[in-house]
Amino acid sequence: MSEQVMTRDQVTREHSAAPAQTARSTQANRISGGFVDRARTLRFTWNGKQLEGHPGDTLASALIANGVRLVGRSFKYHRPRGIFSAGSEEPNALVQLRRGAAQEPNTRATTVELFDGLHATSQNHRGSLEHDLMAVNDLLSPFLTAGFYYKTFMWPKSFWEKVYEPAIRASAGLGRLSGEPDPDVYDHGFLHCDLLIIGAGPAGLAAALAAGRAGLRVILADEDFRLGGRLNSETYTVDDMFGADWAARTVAELGSMENVRVMPRTTVYGAFDHGIYGALERKTDHLPSSDGRPRQVLWRVYSRRALLTAGATERSIAFGNNDRPGVMLAGAVRTYVNRFGATPGRRVAVFTNNDDGWRTARDLAARGVEIAAVIDSRGSGPQQTDGLRVERGRRIIDTAGRKGLKSITLDNGARIDADCLAVAGGWSPNVHLTCHMRGRPVWRDDIAAFVPGGDLPPGMVVAGAANGTMTLAAALRDGHEAAGKIAADLGRAPGSGSAPRASDEAFAITPLWHVGESRKRAWIDQQNDVTTKDVRQSHMDGFRAVEHLKRYTTLGMATDQGKTANILGLAVMAEITGRTIPETGTTIFRPPFTPVPIGAFAGRARGKDFRPYRLTPSHKWAAEQGATFVTTGMWLRAQWFARPGEKGWRDSVDREVRMTRSSVGICDVTTLGKIDIQGRDAAEFLNRVYANAFKKLAVGKVRYGLMLREDGFAYDDGTTARLSETHFVMTTTTANAVLVFRNLEFARQCLWPDLDVHLISTTDGWAQFAVAGPNSRALLSKVVDNVDLSNEAFPFMACTECTVFGGTPARLFRISFSGELAYEIAVPARYGDAMIRGLMKAGEEFDVVPYGTEALGVMRIEKGHAAGNEINGQTTAAMLGMGGMVSKKKDSIGSKLSERPEMNREDDLRLVGFHPVDRSMQLNAGAHFLNKGDPADMAHDQGWMTSVAYSPELGHSVGLGFLKRGQDRMGEIVRAYDPVRGKDYEVRVVAPQHIDPEGKRQHA
Amino acid sequence: MIINHPLLGPRDMAEFVYKGDVCLIDRPDGMQEGIEAFHDYLHLRDNPAGEHRELWYHEQGDRSWLVVTRNTLTHEITDVALARDVARERGRTR
Repeated sequence: MSEQVMTRDQVTREHSAAPAQTARSTQANRISGGFVDRARTLRFTWNGKQLEGHPGDTLASALIANGVRLVGRSFKYHRPRGIFSAGSEEPNALVQLRRGAAQEPNTRATTVELFDGLHATSQNHRGSLEHDLMAVNDLLSPFLTAGFYYKTFMWPKSFWEKVYEPAIRASAGLGRLSGEPDPDVYDHGFLHCDLLIIGAGPAGLAAALAAGRAGLRVILADEDFRLGGRLNSETYTVDDMFGADWAARTVAELGSMENVRVMPRTTVYGAFDHGIYGALERKTDHLPSSDGRPRQVLWRVYSRRALLTAGATERSIAFGNNDRPGVMLAGAVRTYVNRFGATPGRRVAVFTNNDDGWRTARDLAARGVEIAAVIDSRGSGPQQTDGLRVERGRRIIDTAGRKGLKSITLDNGARIDADCLAVAGGWSPNVHLTCHMRGRPVWRDDIAAFVPGGDLPPGMVVAGAANGTMTLAAALRDGHEAAGKIAADLGRAPGSGSAPRASDEAFAITPLWHVGESRKRAWIDQQNDVTTKDVRQSHMDGFRAVEHLKRYTTLGMATDQGKTANILGLAVMAEITGRTIPETGTTIFRPPFTPVPIGAFAGRARGKDFRPYRLTPSHKWAAEQGATFVTTGMWLRAQWFARPGEKGWRDSVDREVRMTRSSVGICDVTTLGKIDIQGRDAAEFLNRVYANAFKKLAVGKVRYGLMLREDGFAYDDGTTARLSETHFVMTTTTANAVLVFRNLEFARQCLWPDLDVHLISTTDGWAQFAVAGPNSRALLSKVVDNVDLSNEAFPFMACTECTVFGGTPARLFRISFSGELAYEIAVPARYGDAMIRGLMKAGEEFDVVPYGTEALGVMRIEKGHAAGNEINGQTTAAMLGMGGMVSKKKDSIGSKLSERPEMNREDDLRLVGFHPVDRSMQLNAGAHFLNKGDPADMAHDQGWMTSVAYSPELGHSVGLGFLKRGQDRMGEIVRAYDPVRGKDYEVRVVAPQHIDPEGKRQHA
Repeated sequence: MIINHPLLGPRDMAEFVYKGDVCLIDRPDGMQEGIEAFHDYLHLRDNPAGEHRELWYHEQGDRSWLVVTRNTLTHEITDVALARDVARERGRTR
């Protein structure tokens, strides 16, 4: 026996300054000692009952102090359950926290910091917690074993969705969401450090001290609000001080170092590539309200090295009825007594297979808690019994007490009365983060546990209990030395100071996983109600590999991910199959270590901030006009400009089209991609990226260009203007602006690295407006300085650099998407607002009208121009009627594969126009074409309608679409069939140019 | 992942766009080669479990195309080069 246990006198002297109980306190189980601030009382509500606790409490410790034992119902059998652990591994004490929209289900009471006004309720019961109507499931348990659903609810098949699943969901489950939007805000953040230390227990603190003194930039993160790990739960001595005091002093010293960032309430939940770690910091969860501050911050930590000092988690032992309220992990019982000054029981029994369990008996006895017995499954164990009743070589086979433990029964038939049973099954190192990449834990017989093994995440080192170093002095040394090695590795001289001094406590263990003599159900995974019987069932049904065992029984698949349970399950499976535990192996741990709220992952990317959007230069002006806006790609664009008296969007759009075609209209077309292309080889470059010829485009001219993908399908289109011998301006569609630029850069850097050509995106740099309609020339003549706009001097497809309004730089292009006499005029974006106001003022005498994206679409459909509906990645140049444009005299992107025979069949689809035979009929996009008299099936499919609009000029609906051999079928009547919308009507095949097929207007 | 940009130093993966195997640099000459050659260029790739040379584009940065040598099993990156330099090494000019 080498362990250092402080005497009761010492503990009391140092930590019992405040009286044990205040007058009229609700806290019957509050005892002396611990780190709660008794000077202040916090009031909270549990299932409608007013209770009291203190700062420093968790909800769980406050409930224990108040003598609350029953806190929830189990997932499947609705068994009464109590608090089982004192940390994030808690399987049972899941509660609904807060009220209204802020309500949070499945919160672990063991990690919730108590605050004044906290409101919590139990979950997963019908009726009251004490009298859960669903507890009948427990009586049905012989039928509800593993695989029950798979076998039972197979027939009739149609019953699964409508009957079985809703019934199962209603009876099994966890807490409930509020159904309202989350009222809190969440943030994302980025941190950089030399060394990230995960866990602030003895090893982590010793490491942080050494690394901090060596000058490394250190982040020390711990999920707890009080740092120190087990030092706060035990009665250790470090550097001749009480362990918890040493921890507090060390944290204070670390806090004073500028190169160390101490992050309590921060869970490092995942290890990712290249030293990147995910961490969740709970900023305001311990406060009554966030007050507008971020509730939680999701950090991405970039580290050069990481040190995992995450400690170990205690595990249980499977024996009959081991899930009653009052049956707890032995280390957790010590935590409640030593750290929180709250005892889970008045008469406590200890069941252990190792020396560590004895600490619970000694610590509790030292604090005046009665110890019913220490049941050590080993024949051996400590010889010094300190007057405790000791049952050596005995096992517990059953317990009694419906809503809370009353007694235990040993394998010799002896019954021992106890209201709390502390179970010590040994400790499992928290290896989780070592497995997030390729690590595979390896078994160590001496401590009966898995320790980190295989390939750890690069840059990660493990120390302390997480690495299987289970005793105090060794863990402190391990952390100190690991930090020193890392500092040396990063080129730093080690700081002064040696490892903190302490003694090593006894830590002998003889594994006992389950008590075979038990006839009663013995729980392995309490949260998912998996018993030893389920593991046997899984084995019988052939699911023997651990990964199969997990999925068949749901072992370890609950919110606690089986932190206290997995090892029991695989140990039982190992025993049944006659294999060793390492042969049986473990399932793979994946992020997150503990649950991370979806809201934290979303951060600020919610609602309108889900995706950024950009405003056009005329947005403010358009908003003043009462425009309706629509998202197009990354932009918000005016969709139409309603005027008083207009009853619906069609009224506005029809008017905008009519007024544009009869006089003049203006549309903001800034969103089209603009790419500035310069260099001696610019023309050659364009010739290689466009399917049609570009080399001979004259200066001062614009040309329509068609781009293909390398597989030969149509990709994008637009116009490119030549401003000088070496300077072009390309436009792309709004949707493809980013992608085309990316592909052009690829061609420039990777395919033809020595062409003299440079690219820059100027989409945002220039505000551009379409000015369309018969009066567009007259309007622009008032605006443009010194440019002869006559048809002779500035014909269709001309372009020039010029100035407007007496000196503002501008670019003018005579191009037309509407089919009218039209121009596009561009000015530097900062003049965009002034430009739209100037254009509108200049156009007053022509009754100028602004038009939105809807009128733009109507006019392009009337004119027969292809857009995104037609160039959708499945169509070829030939289908679009542009097969002849693809030059065979040069090599351009996609030209070779566009020659494939299947893409050039004479009987292929062709873009044509459609009119309804019944002119009052509204066409609809998506309808498929059939020859009259043919059955409506895919074998007789003749193509489909891509775009439709009501043409104010023609007075009826018009459409564009792809029809087999469409170019040869003008005048033919085909059937338009749309089973999705229940439509079936006849259409006449016409040319795609519904208006002005000769192009007289745009050439006027 | 962190990509050590040859000009800008270590940058987060989020700034980049992935394209694919470095062999996409080796585009056939459409005036010399036929449909089959283009088919192979466009569609045939090795899928190695291990070292892979691949194209990444620094779209949220300086718009360099990079050739990154990455182990597909461990994500270890052992080399990053400007794609333009690699293209020249592979015989591409104008």
